[in-house]
Amino acid sequence: MISIEQLYKSYGKLEVLKGISLEFDTPGRISAILGPNGSGKTTLMKSILGMVLPDKGDIKVDGKSVKGQWAYRKRIDYLPQIARFPENLRVRELIAFLHDLRHSDTREKELIERFGLEPHLDKKLGNLSGGTKQKVNLVLAFMYDSPMLILDEPTSGLDPIALLRLKDLILEEKSRGKLILITTHIMNFVEEMADEIVFLLEGNIYFRGKTEELKTRFHEPSLERAIARVLGEKKINGHSFKLVNELVS
Amino acid sequence: MKKIFQYTLFDLIRSRWSLFYLGFFLLLTIVLLSFSGGVSKVIISLMNVVLILCPLIATMFGVMYAYNSREFTELLLAQPIRRTSIFGGQYLGLGVSQSLSLLIGIGGPFLFYGLFRSGEIWNFSILLVNGVLLTFIFSGLAFLIALRNENRIRGFGLAILSWLFFAVIYDGILLLTLVLFREYPIESLALGLSLFNPIDLSRILILLKLDISALMGYTGAVFQRFLGSGLGMSLALGMLLLWIGLPALGIRWVALRKDF
Repeated sequence: MISIEQLYKSYGKLEVLKGISLEFDTPGRISAILGPNGSGKTTLMKSILGMVLPDKGDIKVDGKSVKGQWAYRKRIDYLPQIARFPENLRVRELIAFLHDLRHSDTREKELIERFGLEPHLDKKLGNLSGGTKQKVNLVLAFMYDSPMLILDEPTSGLDPIALLRLKDLILEEKSRGKLILITTHIMNFVEEMADEIVFLLEGNIYFRGKTEELKTRFHEPSLERAIARVLGEKKINGHSFKLVNELVS
Repeated sequence: MKKIFQYTLFDLIRSRWSLFYLGFFLLLTIVLLSFSGGVSKVIISLMNVVLILCPLIATMFGVMYAYNSREFTELLLAQPIRRTSIFGGQYLGLGVSQSLSLLIGIGGPFLFYGLFRSGEIWNFSILLVNGVLLTFIFSGLAFLIALRNENRIRGFGLAILSWLFFAVIYDGILLLTLVLFREYPIESLALGLSLFNPIDLSRILILLKLDISALMGYTGAVFQRFLGSGLGMSLALGMLLLWIGLPALGIRWVALRKDF
Protein backbone atom coordinates (compact mmCIF):
# COMPACT_ATOMS: atom_id res chain seq x y z
CA MET A 1 0.00 0.00 0.00
CA ILE A 2 3.00 2.30 0.62
CA SER A 3 6.14 1.87 -1.43
CA ILE A 4 9.23 4.02 -1.17
CA GLU A 5 11.86 3.91 -3.90
CA GLN A 6 15.38 5.27 -3.55
CA LEU A 7 14.45 8.20 -1.37
CA TYR A 8 17.04 10.93 -0.81
CA LYS A 9 16.63 14.01 1.34
CA SER A 10 19.11 16.47 2.72
CA TYR A 11 18.68 19.71 4.65
CA GLY A 12 21.50 21.90 3.44
CA LYS A 13 24.67 19.87 3.96
CA LEU A 14 23.01 17.41 6.31
CA GLU A 15 22.03 14.25 4.47
CA VAL A 16 19.11 12.71 6.31
CA LEU A 17 17.88 9.98 3.95
CA LYS A 18 20.41 8.32 1.67
CA GLY A 19 18.51 6.25 -0.84
CA ILE A 20 15.97 4.39 1.26
CA SER A 21 13.70 1.82 -0.38
CA LEU A 22 10.90 0.25 1.62
CA GLU A 23 7.59 -1.47 1.07
CA PHE A 24 4.72 -1.63 3.50
CA ASP A 25 2.08 -3.78 1.88
CA THR A 26 0.70 -6.15 4.47
CA PRO A 27 -2.57 -4.95 5.97
CA GLY A 28 -2.99 -5.72 9.65
CA ARG A 29 0.69 -5.34 10.44
CA ILE A 30 2.37 -2.94 12.84
CA SER A 31 5.81 -1.76 11.72
CA ALA A 32 7.98 0.16 14.17
CA ILE A 33 10.47 2.57 12.64
CA LEU A 34 13.37 2.89 15.05
CA GLY A 35 16.67 4.70 15.14
CA PRO A 36 18.63 7.20 17.20
CA ASN A 37 17.78 10.90 17.17
CA GLY A 38 18.39 12.42 13.76
CA SER A 39 18.39 9.09 11.92
CA GLY A 40 15.59 10.21 9.58
CA LYS A 41 12.51 8.55 11.12
CA THR A 42 10.34 11.63 11.19
CA THR A 43 11.62 12.81 7.80
CA LEU A 44 10.65 9.45 6.32
CA MET A 45 7.13 9.60 7.74
CA LYS A 46 6.66 13.21 6.74
CA SER A 47 7.80 12.39 3.21
CA ILE A 48 5.02 9.81 2.94
CA LEU A 49 2.54 12.53 3.92
CA GLY A 50 3.99 15.09 1.52
CA MET A 51 5.04 17.44 4.30
CA VAL A 52 8.70 16.98 3.44
CA LEU A 53 9.50 17.10 -0.28
CA PRO A 54 12.20 14.55 -1.16
CA ASP A 55 15.18 15.53 -3.33
CA LYS A 56 15.17 12.27 -5.31
CA GLY A 57 13.18 9.08 -5.39
CA ASP A 58 9.49 8.34 -5.38
CA ILE A 59 6.77 7.38 -2.95
CA LYS A 60 3.68 5.54 -4.05
CA VAL A 61 0.52 5.13 -2.03
CA ASP A 62 -1.88 2.55 -3.42
CA GLY A 63 0.22 2.37 -6.56
CA LYS A 64 0.12 6.10 -7.38
CA SER A 65 2.99 8.53 -7.00
CA VAL A 66 2.26 11.15 -4.34
CA LYS A 67 4.34 13.90 -5.94
CA GLY A 68 2.24 17.07 -6.09
CA GLN A 69 -0.86 15.18 -4.97
CA TRP A 70 -3.00 15.81 -1.90
CA ALA A 71 -6.19 13.78 -2.15
CA TYR A 72 -4.39 10.52 -1.31
CA ARG A 73 -3.98 11.78 2.26
CA LYS A 74 -7.60 10.93 3.02
CA ARG A 75 -6.46 7.30 3.09
CA ILE A 76 -3.91 8.03 5.85
CA ASP A 77 -4.32 9.13 9.45
CA TYR A 78 -1.41 10.92 11.07
CA LEU A 79 -0.50 11.59 14.68
CA PRO A 80 2.08 14.40 14.92
CA GLN A 81 4.86 14.27 17.47
CA ILE A 82 4.04 17.56 19.16
CA ALA A 83 0.47 18.28 20.22
CA ARG A 84 -0.06 22.04 19.94
CA PHE A 85 -3.34 23.52 18.83
CA PRO A 86 -4.93 26.97 18.33
CA GLU A 87 -5.06 28.24 21.91
CA ASN A 88 -8.37 30.05 21.80
CA LEU A 89 -10.45 27.21 20.37
CA ARG A 90 -12.30 24.82 22.67
CA VAL A 91 -11.68 21.08 22.39
CA ARG A 92 -15.18 20.59 21.01
CA GLU A 93 -14.66 23.27 18.34
CA LEU A 94 -11.33 21.85 17.24
CA ILE A 95 -12.81 18.37 16.81
CA ALA A 96 -15.72 19.87 14.86
CA PHE A 97 -13.21 21.75 12.66
CA LEU A 98 -11.29 18.61 11.75
CA HIS A 99 -14.55 16.77 11.20
CA ASP A 100 -15.60 19.54 8.77
CA LEU A 101 -12.31 19.41 6.89
CA ARG A 102 -12.64 15.90 5.56
CA HIS A 103 -16.36 15.40 4.99
CA SER A 104 -15.98 11.79 6.05
CA ASP A 105 -17.71 9.77 8.72
CA THR A 106 -15.90 10.26 11.96
CA ARG A 107 -16.08 8.38 15.22
CA GLU A 108 -14.92 11.02 17.67
CA LYS A 109 -17.64 10.18 20.22
CA GLU A 110 -16.32 6.72 20.89
CA LEU A 111 -12.73 8.00 21.12
CA ILE A 112 -13.63 10.84 23.48
CA GLU A 113 -15.19 8.26 25.78
CA ARG A 114 -12.25 5.92 25.47
CA PHE A 115 -9.75 8.56 26.56
CA GLY A 116 -12.05 10.19 29.10
CA LEU A 117 -12.08 13.61 27.46
CA GLU A 118 -15.72 14.54 28.20
CA PRO A 119 -14.88 16.86 31.13
CA HIS A 120 -12.43 18.80 28.96
CA LEU A 121 -14.62 19.34 25.89
CA ASP A 122 -15.53 22.93 26.75
CA LYS A 123 -12.07 23.98 27.88
CA LYS A 124 -9.84 26.12 25.70
CA LEU A 125 -6.92 24.20 24.23
CA GLY A 126 -4.45 26.70 25.66
CA ASN A 127 -5.46 25.67 29.17
CA LEU A 128 -4.98 21.89 28.82
CA SER A 129 -2.12 19.89 30.33
CA GLY A 130 0.41 18.14 28.08
CA GLY A 131 -1.11 14.69 28.58
CA THR A 132 -4.64 15.90 27.86
CA LYS A 133 -3.42 17.62 24.70
CA GLN A 134 -1.90 14.33 23.62
CA LYS A 135 -5.29 12.65 24.18
CA VAL A 136 -6.92 15.28 21.96
CA ASN A 137 -4.17 14.60 19.44
CA LEU A 138 -5.04 10.88 19.54
CA VAL A 139 -8.75 11.55 19.03
CA LEU A 140 -7.97 13.75 16.00
CA ALA A 141 -5.65 11.14 14.52
CA PHE A 142 -7.92 8.11 14.96
CA MET A 143 -11.30 9.68 14.26
CA TYR A 144 -11.30 9.31 10.46
CA ASP A 145 -10.88 5.53 10.48
CA SER A 146 -8.59 5.46 7.41
CA PRO A 147 -6.89 2.26 6.22
CA MET A 148 -3.36 3.50 6.99
CA LEU A 149 -2.07 4.98 10.25
CA ILE A 150 1.16 6.86 10.87
CA LEU A 151 1.93 7.50 14.54
CA ASP A 152 4.88 9.66 15.61
CA GLU A 153 5.71 9.06 19.30
CA PRO A 154 2.13 8.14 20.26
CA THR A 155 2.86 7.48 23.94
CA SER A 156 4.38 10.81 24.90
CA GLY A 157 2.91 12.30 28.08
CA LEU A 158 0.20 9.67 28.58
CA ASP A 159 -0.71 8.32 32.00
CA PRO A 160 -0.67 4.50 32.51
CA ILE A 161 -4.41 4.10 31.98
CA ALA A 162 -4.46 6.16 28.79
CA LEU A 163 -1.41 4.25 27.59
CA LEU A 164 -3.20 0.95 28.15
CA ARG A 165 -6.24 2.22 26.25
CA LEU A 166 -4.04 3.41 23.41
CA LYS A 167 -2.41 -0.02 23.16
CA ASP A 168 -5.82 -1.69 23.05
CA LEU A 169 -6.94 0.76 20.38
CA ILE A 170 -3.88 0.14 18.21
CA LEU A 171 -4.36 -3.64 18.49
CA GLU A 172 -8.04 -3.28 17.54
CA GLU A 173 -7.07 -1.25 14.48
CA LYS A 174 -4.55 -3.91 13.58
CA SER A 175 -7.15 -6.66 13.80
CA ARG A 176 -9.37 -4.59 11.50
CA GLY A 177 -6.68 -4.89 8.86
CA LYS A 178 -5.03 -1.46 8.99
CA LEU A 179 -1.48 -0.76 8.02
CA ILE A 180 0.24 0.90 10.97
CA LEU A 181 3.61 2.68 11.13
CA ILE A 182 4.92 3.80 14.52
CA THR A 183 8.06 5.61 15.65
CA THR A 184 8.95 5.62 19.29
CA HIS A 185 11.90 5.53 21.66
CA ILE A 186 10.16 3.25 24.13
CA MET A 187 11.42 -0.24 23.41
CA ASN A 188 8.98 -2.04 25.71
CA PHE A 189 6.19 -0.58 23.64
CA VAL A 190 7.82 -1.85 20.45
CA GLU A 191 8.39 -5.34 21.84
CA GLU A 192 4.80 -5.56 22.96
CA MET A 193 3.13 -4.09 19.88
CA ALA A 194 5.24 -4.32 16.74
CA ASP A 195 5.22 -7.19 14.25
CA GLU A 196 8.40 -6.00 12.63
CA ILE A 197 10.99 -3.31 13.09
CA VAL A 198 12.76 -1.12 10.56
CA PHE A 199 15.96 0.18 12.08
CA LEU A 200 17.34 3.36 10.50
CA LEU A 201 20.90 4.44 11.02
CA GLU A 202 22.44 7.53 9.43
CA GLY A 203 19.91 7.67 6.65
CA ASN A 204 20.06 4.01 5.64
CA ILE A 205 18.12 0.92 6.63
CA TYR A 206 20.33 -0.97 9.04
CA PHE A 207 17.96 -3.80 9.79
CA ARG A 208 14.46 -4.90 8.89
CA GLY A 209 12.81 -7.92 10.39
CA LYS A 210 11.16 -9.39 13.45
CA THR A 211 12.11 -8.24 16.92
CA GLU A 212 13.25 -11.78 17.77
CA GLU A 213 15.74 -11.81 14.91
CA LEU A 214 17.48 -8.68 16.14
CA LYS A 215 17.67 -10.12 19.66
CA THR A 216 19.11 -13.45 18.56
CA ARG A 217 21.58 -11.79 16.22
CA PHE A 218 23.11 -9.90 19.11
CA HIS A 219 22.48 -12.57 21.77
CA GLU A 220 20.63 -10.15 23.99
CA PRO A 221 17.54 -10.91 26.09
CA SER A 222 15.75 -7.63 25.40
CA LEU A 223 15.27 -5.36 22.41
CA GLU A 224 16.55 -2.39 24.37
CA ARG A 225 19.91 -4.11 24.93
CA ALA A 226 20.12 -5.38 21.37
CA ILE A 227 19.64 -1.83 20.07
CA ALA A 228 22.17 -0.48 22.53
CA ARG A 229 24.60 -3.07 21.15
CA VAL A 230 23.93 -1.94 17.58
CA LEU A 231 24.60 1.66 18.49
CA GLY A 232 27.58 0.74 20.68
CA GLU A 233 29.25 -1.28 17.94
CA LYS A 234 28.60 1.45 15.48
CA LYS A 235 30.42 3.82 17.77
CA ILE A 236 33.33 1.45 18.33
CA ASN A 237 33.63 0.86 14.59
CA GLY A 238 33.61 4.56 13.94
CA HIS A 239 36.22 5.09 16.60
CA SER A 240 38.56 2.36 15.39
CA PHE A 241 38.13 3.61 11.86
CA LYS A 242 39.25 7.02 13.04
CA LEU A 243 42.27 5.44 14.78
CA VAL A 244 43.27 3.56 11.62
CA ASN A 245 42.99 6.77 9.67
CA GLU A 246 45.22 8.56 12.09
CA LEU A 247 47.84 5.79 11.95
CA VAL A 248 47.85 5.84 8.15
CA SER A 249 48.30 9.57 7.97
CA MET B 1 -9.69 27.41 2.11
CA LYS B 2 -13.00 28.74 3.41
CA LYS B 3 -13.01 26.45 6.43
CA ILE B 4 -9.40 27.14 7.33
CA PHE B 5 -10.20 30.86 7.07
CA GLN B 6 -13.30 30.50 9.26
CA TYR B 7 -11.59 28.67 12.05
CA THR B 8 -8.44 30.82 11.95
CA LEU B 9 -10.63 33.90 12.25
CA PHE B 10 -12.69 32.28 14.99
CA ASP B 11 -9.49 31.47 16.91
CA LEU B 12 -7.86 34.87 16.39
CA ILE B 13 -10.79 37.16 17.21
CA ARG B 14 -10.91 35.55 20.63
CA SER B 15 -7.22 36.02 21.35
CA ARG B 16 -6.21 38.51 24.00
CA TRP B 17 -4.24 40.48 21.41
CA SER B 18 -7.27 41.14 19.22
CA LEU B 19 -9.34 42.27 22.17
CA PHE B 20 -6.55 44.51 23.39
CA TYR B 21 -6.17 46.01 19.92
CA LEU B 22 -9.92 46.61 19.67
CA GLY B 23 -10.01 48.13 23.16
CA PHE B 24 -7.12 50.44 22.35
CA PHE B 25 -8.78 51.86 19.23
CA LEU B 26 -12.14 52.23 20.99
CA LEU B 27 -10.58 54.14 23.85
CA LEU B 28 -8.36 56.32 21.67
CA THR B 29 -11.17 57.25 19.29
CA ILE B 30 -13.62 58.01 22.08
CA VAL B 31 -11.07 60.18 23.90
CA LEU B 32 -10.15 62.07 20.73
CA LEU B 33 -13.77 62.61 19.76
CA SER B 34 -14.68 63.84 23.23
CA PHE B 35 -11.82 66.30 23.63
CA SER B 36 -11.19 67.71 20.17
CA GLY B 37 -13.22 70.13 18.12
CA GLY B 38 -14.52 68.28 15.14
CA VAL B 39 -14.64 65.06 13.29
CA SER B 40 -12.12 66.15 10.64
CA LYS B 41 -9.46 67.02 13.23
CA VAL B 42 -9.88 63.61 14.81
CA ILE B 43 -9.42 61.98 11.43
CA ILE B 44 -6.05 63.73 11.05
CA SER B 45 -4.96 62.68 14.54
CA LEU B 46 -6.02 59.11 13.88
CA MET B 47 -4.21 59.12 10.57
CA ASN B 48 -0.83 59.27 12.28
CA VAL B 49 -1.79 56.49 14.65
CA VAL B 50 -3.12 54.26 11.89
CA LEU B 51 -0.11 54.82 9.63
CA ILE B 52 2.41 53.75 12.25
CA LEU B 53 0.47 51.45 14.52
CA CYS B 54 -1.42 49.30 12.00
CA PRO B 55 1.78 48.16 10.29
CA LEU B 56 3.51 47.55 13.64
CA ILE B 57 0.67 45.51 15.11
CA ALA B 58 0.20 43.61 11.85
CA THR B 59 3.90 42.77 11.79
CA MET B 60 3.99 41.53 15.39
CA PHE B 61 0.72 39.67 15.06
CA GLY B 62 1.79 38.08 11.78
CA VAL B 63 5.07 36.61 13.02
CA MET B 64 3.59 35.54 16.33
CA TYR B 65 0.71 33.78 14.67
CA ALA B 66 2.91 32.05 12.11
CA TYR B 67 5.24 30.68 14.79
CA ASN B 68 2.53 29.77 17.28
CA SER B 69 0.50 27.85 14.76
CA ARG B 70 3.52 25.99 13.40
CA GLU B 71 2.67 22.60 14.91
CA PHE B 72 -1.01 22.86 14.09
CA THR B 73 -0.10 23.74 10.51
CA GLU B 74 1.75 20.42 10.38
CA LEU B 75 -1.42 18.64 11.42
CA LEU B 76 -3.33 20.46 8.66
CA LEU B 77 -0.64 19.60 6.11
CA ALA B 78 -1.25 15.92 6.80
CA GLN B 79 -4.93 16.33 5.85
CA PRO B 80 -6.22 15.97 2.30
CA ILE B 81 -6.10 19.73 1.59
CA ARG B 82 -3.96 21.76 -0.81
CA ARG B 83 -1.06 23.65 0.72
CA THR B 84 -2.25 26.84 -0.92
CA SER B 85 -5.64 26.53 0.80
CA ILE B 86 -4.04 26.13 4.21
CA PHE B 87 -1.77 29.15 3.96
CA GLY B 88 -4.28 31.23 2.02
CA GLY B 89 -6.89 30.61 4.71
CA GLN B 90 -4.50 31.43 7.52
CA TYR B 91 -3.33 34.64 5.87
CA LEU B 92 -6.89 35.82 5.23
CA GLY B 93 -7.91 34.98 8.80
CA LEU B 94 -4.96 36.95 10.10
CA GLY B 95 -5.72 40.03 8.00
CA VAL B 96 -9.47 40.00 8.51
CA SER B 97 -9.28 39.54 12.30
CA GLN B 98 -7.14 42.67 12.68
CA SER B 99 -9.18 44.62 10.16
CA LEU B 100 -12.28 43.87 12.24
CA SER B 101 -10.60 45.27 15.37
CA LEU B 102 -9.70 48.39 13.40
CA LEU B 103 -13.10 48.86 11.76
CA ILE B 104 -15.10 48.31 14.93
CA GLY B 105 -12.64 50.17 17.18
CA ILE B 106 -12.60 53.32 15.07
CA GLY B 107 -15.88 53.00 13.19
CA GLY B 108 -18.07 52.36 16.23
CA PRO B 109 -17.36 55.61 18.10
CA PHE B 110 -17.54 57.67 14.89
CA LEU B 111 -20.99 56.33 14.09
CA PHE B 112 -22.05 57.14 17.61
CA TYR B 113 -20.68 60.70 17.39
CA GLY B 114 -22.63 61.42 14.23
CA LEU B 115 -20.32 60.66 11.34
CA PHE B 116 -23.11 60.79 8.78
CA ARG B 117 -24.12 64.32 9.75
CA SER B 118 -20.56 65.64 9.45
CA GLY B 119 -20.01 65.27 5.70
CA GLU B 120 -16.63 63.66 6.38
CA ILE B 121 -17.72 60.22 5.36
CA TRP B 122 -15.33 60.01 2.39
CA ASN B 123 -12.28 61.17 4.29
CA PHE B 124 -13.16 58.76 7.01
CA SER B 125 -13.51 55.84 4.60
CA ILE B 126 -10.13 56.63 3.05
CA LEU B 127 -8.59 56.41 6.53
CA LEU B 128 -10.17 53.03 7.21
CA VAL B 129 -9.40 51.63 3.76
CA ASN B 130 -5.77 52.62 4.20
CA GLY B 131 -5.68 50.99 7.63
CA VAL B 132 -7.04 47.75 6.21
CA LEU B 133 -4.65 47.80 3.23
CA LEU B 134 -1.65 48.41 5.51
CA THR B 135 -2.80 45.62 7.82
CA PHE B 136 -2.87 43.13 4.95
CA ILE B 137 0.45 44.33 3.52
CA PHE B 138 2.36 44.04 6.77
CA SER B 139 0.68 40.82 7.96
CA GLY B 140 1.65 39.29 4.65
CA LEU B 141 5.25 40.46 4.90
CA ALA B 142 5.55 39.19 8.46
CA PHE B 143 3.94 35.85 7.63
CA LEU B 144 6.35 35.45 4.72
CA ILE B 145 9.36 36.30 6.89
CA ALA B 146 8.24 33.77 9.51
CA LEU B 147 7.80 31.08 6.84
CA ARG B 148 11.26 31.74 5.45
CA ASN B 149 13.00 31.69 8.84
CA GLU B 150 12.93 28.64 11.08
CA ASN B 151 14.80 30.55 13.77
CA ARG B 152 12.17 32.50 15.67
CA ILE B 153 14.47 35.16 17.10
CA ARG B 154 15.79 35.89 13.62
CA GLY B 155 12.27 35.95 12.22
CA PHE B 156 11.06 38.40 14.85
CA GLY B 157 14.12 40.58 14.31
CA LEU B 158 13.71 40.70 10.54
CA ALA B 159 9.99 41.43 10.80
CA ILE B 160 10.52 44.35 13.19
CA LEU B 161 13.32 45.58 10.99
CA SER B 162 11.05 45.55 7.93
CA TRP B 163 8.52 47.65 9.81
CA LEU B 164 11.22 50.03 11.01
CA PHE B 165 12.54 50.34 7.49
CA PHE B 166 9.23 51.40 5.98
CA ALA B 167 8.02 53.47 8.93
CA VAL B 168 11.23 55.37 9.74
CA ILE B 169 14.38 54.57 7.78
CA TYR B 170 12.88 54.93 4.30
CA ASP B 171 11.63 58.43 5.10
CA GLY B 172 15.04 59.32 6.48
CA ILE B 173 16.71 58.29 3.24
CA LEU B 174 14.09 60.11 1.20
CA LEU B 175 14.55 63.29 3.22
CA LEU B 176 18.32 63.06 2.98
CA THR B 177 18.10 62.69 -0.78
CA LEU B 178 15.84 65.71 -1.03
CA VAL B 179 18.20 67.81 1.08
CA LEU B 180 21.34 66.69 -0.75
CA PHE B 181 19.90 67.35 -4.18
CA ARG B 182 17.83 70.39 -3.30
CA GLU B 183 19.48 72.37 -6.13
CA TYR B 184 17.86 70.07 -8.66
CA PRO B 185 14.23 69.60 -9.63
CA ILE B 186 13.69 66.26 -7.97
CA GLU B 187 9.98 66.36 -7.25
CA SER B 188 9.30 63.51 -9.61
CA LEU B 189 12.06 61.47 -7.96
CA ALA B 190 10.43 62.05 -4.57
CA LEU B 191 7.10 61.10 -6.05
CA GLY B 192 8.58 57.95 -7.56
CA LEU B 193 10.32 56.90 -4.36
CA SER B 194 7.14 57.37 -2.35
CA LEU B 195 5.36 54.87 -4.53
CA PHE B 196 7.66 52.13 -3.25
CA ASN B 197 6.82 52.60 0.40
CA PRO B 198 3.29 51.55 1.35
CA ILE B 199 3.25 53.75 4.47
CA ASP B 200 4.28 56.86 2.51
CA LEU B 201 1.78 56.01 -0.15
CA SER B 202 -1.05 55.77 2.36
CA ARG B 203 -0.01 59.00 4.04
CA ILE B 204 -0.02 60.91 0.76
CA LEU B 205 -3.39 59.48 -0.20
CA ILE B 206 -4.93 60.60 3.08
CA LEU B 207 -3.32 64.03 2.99
CA LEU B 208 -4.52 64.64 -0.55
CA LYS B 209 -8.01 63.50 0.30
CA LEU B 210 -8.08 65.78 3.34
CA ASP B 211 -6.98 68.61 1.05
CA ILE B 212 -4.13 69.72 3.26
CA SER B 213 -1.39 68.96 0.75
CA ALA B 214 -0.49 72.64 0.80
CA LEU B 215 1.21 71.86 4.09
CA MET B 216 3.80 69.95 2.10
CA GLY B 217 4.93 73.01 0.19
CA TYR B 218 6.02 72.86 -3.43
CA THR B 219 6.42 69.07 -3.37
CA GLY B 220 2.89 68.91 -2.07
CA ALA B 221 1.73 70.84 -5.10
CA VAL B 222 3.48 68.38 -7.39
CA PHE B 223 1.89 65.51 -5.54
CA GLN B 224 -1.46 67.25 -5.67
CA ARG B 225 -1.15 67.77 -9.38
CA PHE B 226 -0.15 64.17 -10.03
CA LEU B 227 -1.88 62.10 -7.38
CA GLY B 228 -4.92 64.34 -7.10
CA SER B 229 -5.89 63.42 -10.59
CA GLY B 230 -7.87 60.31 -11.38
CA LEU B 231 -4.81 58.68 -12.87
CA GLY B 232 -2.59 59.44 -9.85
CA MET B 233 -5.20 58.17 -7.43
CA SER B 234 -5.64 54.91 -9.30
CA LEU B 235 -1.88 54.49 -9.63
CA ALA B 236 -1.46 54.93 -5.86
CA LEU B 237 -4.24 52.47 -5.10
CA GLY B 238 -2.84 50.08 -7.69
CA MET B 239 0.58 50.24 -6.02
CA LEU B 240 -0.97 49.49 -2.62
CA LEU B 241 -2.78 46.49 -4.06
CA LEU B 242 0.48 45.37 -5.65
CA TRP B 243 2.03 45.66 -2.21
CA ILE B 244 -0.60 43.20 -0.95
CA GLY B 245 -0.13 40.90 -3.91
CA LEU B 246 3.65 40.54 -3.72
CA PRO B 247 3.92 39.13 -0.18
CA ALA B 248 0.88 36.95 -0.87
CA LEU B 249 2.57 35.50 -3.93
CA GLY B 250 5.74 35.09 -1.87
CA ILE B 251 3.82 33.12 0.75
CA ARG B 252 2.43 30.89 -1.98
CA TRP B 253 5.88 30.37 -3.50
CA VAL B 254 7.51 29.45 -0.19
CA ALA B 255 4.58 27.33 1.00
CA LEU B 256 4.67 25.15 -2.10
CA ARG B 257 8.39 24.41 -1.72
CA LYS B 258 8.97 24.25 2.01
CA ASP B 259 9.64 21.16 4.14
CA PHE B 260 7.68 21.01 7.37
